[in-house]
Amino acid sequence: MPLLQTDAVTIRFGGLTAVSEFTLSMEPHELVGLIGPNGAGKTTIFNMLTGVYKPSEGEIQIAGTPTRHLKTPQIAALGVARTFQNIRLFKELNVLDNVKIGGHMHNRYSVATAFLHTAHFGQREEAAEREALDLLKIFDLHARAHDLARNLSYGDQRRLEIARALAARPKLLLLDEPAAGLNTGETIELMEKIHEIRDRFGLAILLIEHNMELVMGICERILVLNFGRTIAEGTADEVRGNPVVIEAYLGEPAEAAAL
Amino acid sequence: MKQLPWWIRDAISAAIFVSALIGLSYGLEAIPIQGIAYYNRIIVLMGINITLAVSLNIINGHAGQFSLGHAGFMAIGAYFAAFLTVDYFSPWVNRIPEGPAQWLAQNGLLLLAVLSGGTLAAIAGFIVGQPSLRLRGDYLAIVTLGFGEIIRVVILNIDTVGAARGFIGIPAWSNFFWVYFFCGLTIALSWRLVNSSVGRAFLSVREDEIAAEAMGVDTTKYKVEAFVIGSFLAGVAGGLFAHYTPAYLNPTMFTFIRSFEIMAMVVLGGLGSISGAVVAAIILTFLPEGLRAAKDMLHMSKDPRMVIYSVMLVVLMLTRPQGLFGRREIWQLLRRKKS
Repeated sequence: MPLLQTDAVTIRFGGLTAVSEFTLSMEPHELVGLIGPNGAGKTTIFNMLTGVYKPSEGEIQIAGTPTRHLKTPQIAALGVARTFQNIRLFKELNVLDNVKIGGHMHNRYSVATAFLHTAHFGQREEAAEREALDLLKIFDLHARAHDLARNLSYGDQRRLEIARALAARPKLLLLDEPAAGLNTGETIELMEKIHEIRDRFGLAILLIEHNMELVMGICERILVLNFGRTIAEGTADEVRGNPVVIEAYLGEPAEAAAL
Repeated sequence: MKQLPWWIRDAISAAIFVSALIGLSYGLEAIPIQGIAYYNRIIVLMGINITLAVSLNIINGHAGQFSLGHAGFMAIGAYFAAFLTVDYFSPWVNRIPEGPAQWLAQNGLLLLAVLSGGTLAAIAGFIVGQPSLRLRGDYLAIVTLGFGEIIRVVILNIDTVGAARGFIGIPAWSNFFWVYFFCGLTIALSWRLVNSSVGRAFLSVREDEIAAEAMGVDTTKYKVEAFVIGSFLAGVAGGLFAHYTPAYLNPTMFTFIRSFEIMAMVVLGGLGSISGAVVAAIILTFLPEGLRAAKDMLHMSKDPRMVIYSVMLVVLMLTRPQGLFGRREIWQLLRRKKS
């Protein structure tokens, strides 16, 4: 059974069809890239996968469970975690608490437990702390565990968002432009990191990115979107040579435009 | 201390706390200052205000839900607790001959009345919270403001609790001990919550609801939870207030102005700071009283204290818009200064 199965998913906002008949099937452990010019509908797809938007038509299934009637937290409980294009950390909280909230589903308990500080409380809190610190170590952020998230550098904030998403122990990780705003060195480091976490946690990763180097470098399969439609799909080489893709990004060839 | 099981550790702290309170409650009355009863009264009202401010801080400072109906929940607790004691508990207690048995019955029934008042306020919080917590910011503020007024107007029209005449004949059973017992409980609960998975969920809702939901935090559930806990504690504070001398209730005590006063304490202390709410509640209870001396000092014929009070609030908010302690606790600020 595929981990993610979307079947001709369409969403309209008033008269605008933002995404039309998007079909994607992802196996566990796959690394898929989603590219396309600005406004192609990439982030809208993420928002539909996580239940922020309801598709107008079509069906999304996570590990065989249809998500049409589920709310965002319930979809997260099925094993979908994400990062955001415009970084949405809990800015006034410290780095450690950000990651602990990521693991909320696995280390939560009742108000009574929190008030009475029972033995259960101790175990849960210890587990939350240990897991959070382990994740921070992967991203070299453990030294800054007690700093406020807003005081981190841009690159560190991006890494913290991934750490927070991983704390939710997802089966499918959605990364929305993880390399945006990073320099070349940081991007290469991030590519290695993404590979590493995929293997270490056995995740499937769906990745939106404008940085072609990163996408072409690590994705096994790439989907190209333009105006809400999937215009090409295949390996990096197949997509790179596809005239439809070149046209979407660079416009029509000069001779054609002159006619 | 660390190796002991949790319930022994907490029982020891609770025992120390209760004995300190008993000592203080006798000690404070024995201080040989003229008019000590007046100061004691201010101290008790301060305890009630601290409870109210800390409980509103859970809703407003931690979960980030802007509620202006706290006086409404306080009114529910006050009136329901008073109704129980006047109509049921007080006649029973009066039938018991004076002595330890009566003392025990009186305090036990006060506890029951106050907790019942809190529970009814919590139920009201749950009913109001379910639909209205879907709203955000200003809209929620307006809904809760309206709710607080509805409560007041409803009480104004219930004849059994005195309607506009006010509720008289409530036994004055509440005292320093009970007020600070619940005050301590409120602070402990608030502190333990904010340092738990529940509190982290509250904070995540305040910080970024969309991100919180994406991490699997059921934001509606936690908003309602914060609201119910805050309402319960406000109801408890109301019940204690109702039974404190002169043990008289009137709907005009619970207008939206009261809600604003509590809100002012939370904002002044710094949204989200528990110690801030405590310190601000102390200052804002003492200030209007302390400023009574200003009239004589300035040789004025009219009392200028509320003008000075308002000006001080404005100056404080202009100089420290984030509140006294911002979002931190007082000791975190002190530690930072040292390093």
